[in-house]
Amino acid sequence: MPTDDSTASAPHDDRRFARLRWRCRRGMLENDLILTRFLDARGEAMTEDEVAALDRLLDLSDNELWDLLSGRADPADASVRPLVASLRAA
Amino acid sequence: MSHGVGDVGKLPVRKFDALVVGAGGSGMRASLQLAEAGLSVAVLTKVFPTRSHTVAAQGGIGASLGNMSEDHWLWHMYDTIKGSDWLGDQDAIEYMCRTAPEVVYELEHFGMPFDRNADGSIYQRPFGGHSANFGEKPVQRACAAADRTGHAMLHTLYQRNVRARTQFFVEWMALDLIRDADGTVLGVVALEMETGAVMILQAKATMFATGGAGRIFAASTNAFINTGDGLGMAARAGIPLEDMEFWQFHPTGVHGAGVLITEGVRGEGGILLNCNGERFMERYAPNLKDLASRDVVSRSMDQEIKEGRGCGPNKDHVMLKLDHLGPDVILKRLPSIREIALKFANVDCIKEPIPVVPTIHYQMGGIPTNVHGQVVAPSGDDPAAVVGGFYAVGECSCVSVHGANRLGTNSLVDLLVFGRSAGNHVVGLALPGKAHRPLPKDAADRTLARLARLDSATSGESVADVAAALRTTMQAHCGVFRNQELLSEGVRQVMEVEQRVQRTAIGDKSTTFNTARVEALELDNMIETAKATVVSAEARRESRGAQARSDYPDRDDVTWLKHTLWYRDGNRLDYKPVNLKPASVEAFPPKTRTY
Ligand SMILES: Cc1cc2nc3c(=O)[nH]c(=O)nc-3n(C[C@H](O)[C@H](O)[C@H](O)COP(=O)(O)OP(=O)(O)OC[C@H]3O[C@@H](n4cnc5c(N)ncnc54)[C@H](O)[C@@H]3O)c2cc1C
Repeated sequence: MPTDDSTASAPHDDRRFARLRWRCRRGMLENDLILTRFLDARGEAMTEDEVAALDRLLDLSDNELWDLLSGRADPADASVRPLVASLRAA
Repeated sequence: MSHGVGDVGKLPVRKFDALVVGAGGSGMRASLQLAEAGLSVAVLTKVFPTRSHTVAAQGGIGASLGNMSEDHWLWHMYDTIKGSDWLGDQDAIEYMCRTAPEVVYELEHFGMPFDRNADGSIYQRPFGGHSANFGEKPVQRACAAADRTGHAMLHTLYQRNVRARTQFFVEWMALDLIRDADGTVLGVVALEMETGAVMILQAKATMFATGGAGRIFAASTNAFINTGDGLGMAARAGIPLEDMEFWQFHPTGVHGAGVLITEGVRGEGGILLNCNGERFMERYAPNLKDLASRDVVSRSMDQEIKEGRGCGPNKDHVMLKLDHLGPDVILKRLPSIREIALKFANVDCIKEPIPVVPTIHYQMGGIPTNVHGQVVAPSGDDPAAVVGGFYAVGECSCVSVHGANRLGTNSLVDLLVFGRSAGNHVVGLALPGKAHRPLPKDAADRTLARLARLDSATSGESVADVAAALRTTMQAHCGVFRNQELLSEGVRQVMEVEQRVQRTAIGDKSTTFNTARVEALELDNMIETAKATVVSAEARRESRGAQARSDYPDRDDVTWLKHTLWYRDGNRLDYKPVNLKPASVEAFPPKTRTY
C-alpha cells in the first residue's frame, strides 16, 4: 500500500470506489447503516488510501466488522485505525 | 450494454446441470447436496456468500434433540402448527420436525461449532413457543453457536461447498427467470456487476434461494440486500405468490433504524413503558407481561401508540427500559445492546430507556413449493401442479411450514431441511446425462427491455424517492393492525407507486458496479412483493397469526382456512386448501391459539 503523501491524499479511482460502494452492502443491518452514513457524508471526498483501507475492512466477516465499528474490538491492522475511528464517529 | 431485443443468440450463454440463485443458508445447503453428487452447479449471489442475510441470525436452530430434557418431534410439530395458527401444511411441518435432528447432526458433522453441554452433547437454549408435551411446559430446543449461529452456519456450509467444487458467481444479480412455451424453467438472465455484462445462465434445474423482502417496509430488521428478488422474478414469470399477507413483526426494533434488540433483554427483566411511564403489558398479558409472544407484544405496542400514549415529539414509539438491571447485567449478559442503543438511538441504556417500535422481521409467504422444494402452481384440477425445472427454498419459498406466523428458530431449520431435500430431489433426476432444452428466442427480451429503458431514460423519478414512498405506504397501510379502510387505500397507493416505478431514471449509466442500476432493478422486485402483500391482506377478512384486522378480530376457519395465491397478471387472487393431513401421524385439528 502506498505511503508517501502524494498518493495518500490522491483522489480515489471511480471504478474502485463504485466497487467499494456495492461491497458496503452487508448481511447485517447494523453494518449497512453505519457504512451508508459514512459514505453519504464522506464518500465523494475519500482518498485512494481510505478507499484501500475500507476495502480491507470490508473483507472481514460481518460480525468482526460490527465488533470493530461498535468499539467492542480494536483493529489489529494499524493502517485501518484512523478509518475505524471515523466510522465509529459516523 | 447494447443488446438488441428479440435476439437471444447475441447474449453469452453458460450451461450447468443445476443453478442456485442465492448463497444464504438454504442455497448453500442445497448446492452442497448437488455438488457432492457430482453435478455441475453454479451458485449466483449478489454479495459474497458469507455476507448473506443468514449471517444475522442469533437465536438458534430448533430441533427436538432432547439433550436438556425429554423432547419429541411431535411436540415440535404441535408447537409449529399452533404457532402457524393452523395455516401451516401439516405434511410439510411433520417432515420438517421429524428431519430436524438429522440435519442438525449433519451440520455438526460438517464442523458447525455448536455450544456444548459438559457431556459433549449439543447445548439447547429455551425459546418462546417451544414446549414439551403439547404445550404443557417449556422445553429447551434451540441449538446455537453463541449469539452467532447464522454466521457459524454460513461459514461451515461455505467451506464444505468450496471443497465440493461448487462454482460461485459472486456479485452477480439474477434479473429474470426464463421459461419456455410449456412453462418449463430453463435458467435465468443475469447481470455481472463488475462488468455490467448480461448473460444467460442455462440449467436443467433452477433453484431460487433469494431470501426475504423485508425492505419493502419502512421499519425493518432486515439488511438492505433483502429486496425480494426471487419473488419479483417468479411473479413476472407468471408464478403465483402464496400467503404474502403474513409478515412477522419483532416487537423491539430501534425506532428510526430498525436494528433488532433481542428478546433476551426482556428475558433479563427489561420492560416496555408508554408516555405515562406505565408498564402497559400488564394490562394486555397479565401473566407473561413483556414476555408474551411476539405478535401479542407488537399489537399491544401498536395499540398504545394509536391511542396516543406513544413517546417522543411524534408519539410514535414506546420505551424499552433496562437501566434498572444495572450495568453489570447489561454489559455481561446482553452484549452489543449498549453499543446498538448508543449508535442507533443515541441513548446510553445504562441510564436511559431505548425508543422501540414493532418492526418487520420475517416473511412467512413466498413462492409455493412442495416438500421436495419443487415449485407448484394450480393447473386444471390440480391445486399443486409441479412447474418443471423450478425449485425454491428458504425465506423466499412457502412450503408452507410457517403458515400465518413463524415459530422462533424455525427459519434456520427450514433452510437446512428443505435445502437438503430439494438438493436430493434434483440429484434424483439424474441430470448429468440429460440434454438442455432449447432456449426460446425471446428468452431475454423482457430483461433487455427493462435495461434499455433504464439506460436511455434521461429524466424521471429518483429510485430512492420511489422506494421510500413504497416503504412508507406499506408501513402506514399494511402494518401491525389492519382494517378495510387502511388496506383499500393501501392497495390504491401501492398501485400508484407502481406507476412511478415504471418512470424511474438513473443519472449514472456506467457499467462497473453500478449500484444505482442495481437498486433500480431491485425496486422492480420490491413493487411486486408489495402488491402481493397488500392485495392479499386486503382480501383476507379475518385475523390469523400475524395478520391482525381490527374490523375482523377473529379467526374464521369456515371461510379462511385456506392459502392465498396472488398472481401478478391482473393483480388476481386465487386460493388453495391447507393440508391438514400429516403422512404418518394423526392430524392436529384447529383450535383456539392461546399461550
Ligand atoms: C436479525 C435477524 C435475526 C434472525 N434470527 C433467527 C434465528 O435465530 N433463528 C431462525 O431460525 N431465524 C432467524 N432469522 C430469520 C433467518 O435468519 C432468515 O429467514 C434466513 O436466514 C433466510 O435464509 P435464506 O437462505 O432464505 O436467505 P438469505 O440468507 O437471505 O440469502 C439470500 C441469498 O440470495 C442472494 N440473492 C438475492 N437476490 C439475488 C439475485 N437477484 N441474484 C443473485 N443472488 C441473489 C443473496 O446474495 C444471498 O446470498 C433472523 C432474521 C433476522 C433479520
